[in-house]
Amino acid sequence: MSEKIITRKIRRRDLLAMAGTGVIAVAGIGLVAGQAKADAAAVAKLMKTHIGGKTPKSGRVTLELPQIAENGNTVPIAVEVQSPMTSSDYVKTLHVYAEGNPSPEVATFRFSPESGKARVSTRMRMRGSQNIIAVAEMSDGSVYMGKKAVKVTIGGCGG
Amino acid sequence: MAKARVKVPRSVKKGQVFEVKSLVSHKMETGLRKNKKTGKKIPRDIINKFTVNYGGKEVFSADWHPAVSANPYTSFFVKAGASGPMILKWTDDAGKVTEKTVKINVSG
Repeated sequence: MSEKIITRKIRRRDLLAMAGTGVIAVAGIGLVAGQAKADAAAVAKLMKTHIGGKTPKSGRVTLELPQIAENGNTVPIAVEVQSPMTSSDYVKTLHVYAEGNPSPEVATFRFSPESGKARVSTRMRMRGSQNIIAVAEMSDGSVYMGKKAVKVTIGGCGG
Repeated sequence: MAKARVKVPRSVKKGQVFEVKSLVSHKMETGLRKNKKTGKKIPRDIINKFTVNYGGKEVFSADWHPAVSANPYTSFFVKAGASGPMILKWTDDAGKVTEKTVKINVSG
């Protein structure tokens, strides 16, 4: 029953895409469907293997990303976690996930009290417009999460 | 061996939190791209591990996945302890290690 509803939805979407951008768009959708694609569910599953059954609280994690990224091959990203970074209270690990990439995992960073500041910046690939999620595990076991949407003009994952 | 560049302040005060900027040249092949002529997939070859040692301790490390861009750039922070070397190490899928040592000068 529920499956039927889903297929109907996809068909409607295909039709809309065809109407909007022509047949090439439909061919594109076919290609994407053939590949393993990460989505919000894949990110949630992966997050569970990383942080266990804990529910991340929102806040303390700030993502700095461009609103619109022209080139999906190198999108600058900076993540900062609010923490005093003392030996008793610091950020242990920071996971970065991408909802719309072929594989949801981007990177895991490990800090120490000697880091002084829980901030890291790097450059990442994005296949298309999507949500980027950062999850920080604190030394006391609490987990915080931040999220940001990025629009990508040209995707950068090859394939 | 891949080329690596690391930038740290010329000198830092004890207890100061300073930024370390690093850049390593690596193609970071995702394993998803196809060779246009043969149609075969180009095998994955990325740096999957980055570690930073300073003062005899691992102060920062990272696990990377194919979503990290080619020629990975990373900047992070470290609290100044004592003068000494900081060793940055990148390891790729083939097991090739790129290492770069910078000197941290702590004054006062």
